[in-house]
Amino acid sequence: METMNMACDAGSRFSEPAFGKAIFDLVRRTACELPADVEAALKRAHDEEAPESTARMILATFLENMALAKEKQVPLCQDTGMPMFFIHHPPGFSHRAMRRVCEEAVARATREQYLRHNAVDPLTGVNSGNNVGKGFPAVFFEEWDDEAVEVALMLKGGGSENVGRQYSLPDDALKAGRDLEGVRRVVLDAVRRAEGKGCPPGILGICIGGDRGSGYLHSKHQLLRPLGDVNPDPALAALEERILREANTLGIGPLGLGGKTTLLGVKIGVLHRVPACYFVTVTYMCWEHRRREIRIESDGAYRFIG
Amino acid sequence: MRELTIPITAEQILELHAGDAVAISGIATTGRDAAHKYLVDRLIEGSKPLSAEDQLVFDELKKIYRGGAIYHSGPILRNDAGRWSIVSSGPTTSIRDEIYEDKVIAAFGLRVVIGKGGMGPRTLAACKAHKAVYVHGMGGAGVTNARAMVEVLDVFKKEEFGLPEAFWKIRFHRFPGIVTMDAHGRSLHEELGKVFDEHLAKLLHDGSGV
Repeated sequence: METMNMACDAGSRFSEPAFGKAIFDLVRRTACELPADVEAALKRAHDEEAPESTARMILATFLENMALAKEKQVPLCQDTGMPMFFIHHPPGFSHRAMRRVCEEAVARATREQYLRHNAVDPLTGVNSGNNVGKGFPAVFFEEWDDEAVEVALMLKGGGSENVGRQYSLPDDALKAGRDLEGVRRVVLDAVRRAEGKGCPPGILGICIGGDRGSGYLHSKHQLLRPLGDVNPDPALAALEERILREANTLGIGPLGLGGKTTLLGVKIGVLHRVPACYFVTVTYMCWEHRRREIRIESDGAYRFIG
Repeated sequence: MRELTIPITAEQILELHAGDAVAISGIATTGRDAAHKYLVDRLIEGSKPLSAEDQLVFDELKKIYRGGAIYHSGPILRNDAGRWSIVSSGPTTSIRDEIYEDKVIAAFGLRVVIGKGGMGPRTLAACKAHKAVYVHGMGGAGVTNARAMVEVLDVFKKEEFGLPEAFWKIRFHRFPGIVTMDAHGRSLHEELGKVFDEHLAKLLHDGSGV
């Protein structure tokens, strides 16, 4: 088989097979192992719930599931969701070639039961059987000056995706105006409406501004941030902290069956908007926040960085 | 922890109350969106005569569901030389089947519906009328749940619906869950929802800027 260099630069050794090996490993590990920050947050949540409570029992099951999936190297959840790749690359890379590598990696991961058959044609109802279809997997590219390629992957299940919401402010019913107090009000409404349906304790990715399309995408970008980071904008940092604290007084708890921990994190980003529009877009991630990131050097060597 | 073994009687169901933890054993099937649409539109209310295959599926499901259970889940499975096994199989969100489930409970005599997120007033009324319960499974816990799904016995509608949406006939052993809707008309989801509403109203009332 002909080996193709993905980069136009003749000196580059970024070949499809080397890249493919790295991407497959990324898919496999993302499906089977939660990132360390999410794992630690779930352990903290478990310890904070009352002994003998339903909430604590549920979180204990989550921790057991996490350990078992890692040990057996099987998918944490049967819904391995929509694979979303976020790729940063040096100039001169072929997007088509990189997309093909991502498609091959998810197809192989599906054959080896790391991913569920998840790509369904909405018109015929036919499942493609390999997680490849129109817009499936989702692959996003951004060029940078670094010589390495970094690939972040997020596997987002359908249950949590269904409870995402987009608000157009002002929202009269929620008395939400075009300011951060308005944002706070609609986001708390979104958490209440999601109740147990998005598999709490959840993590919110929020975008203020943008349009209806960019708002959702940017809200998902926020979910790539580590749980423990601090928003560089002090007003947004304060709002993230406040929404997290207040949402955890709603009493929704693990799986919506009551408890102290409704959210594990809140991450807010901002896009410019047109004067007529003020969207607040909330993407809800379930407790099993499957995201991983690798850095691939130009010789094909790679390591996990998140 | 209350042990429930299929077939389950009406008397056993009436002993259960919202909040009880249960472990379910016996033979049941998975069935989610496509399965529920098929059960109602084709098998229960279909106006066209059933094909031989559909009649066979109908007869099989009648036997399995009488006193039995349906599990809202789209599993990941492994096939080793023709032998299927469950790799990961947590519950999926049940509310999408709200428009079908009362009819399925009534037509088949189901005793247990397993899923996540809870269901609405139609299903709750059917649970009361036909002596059934809704059991909330451990959402996201695909691997611990798979451990309690010990044997894949058969599959129906695999080619038409695809792997996640097919009816997988499975032997369950001590499958864990919590009764959140009982046959006495109680729904924890309804009760908790009111509490969440009160808490939200308080937060929105107190809101005075960031």
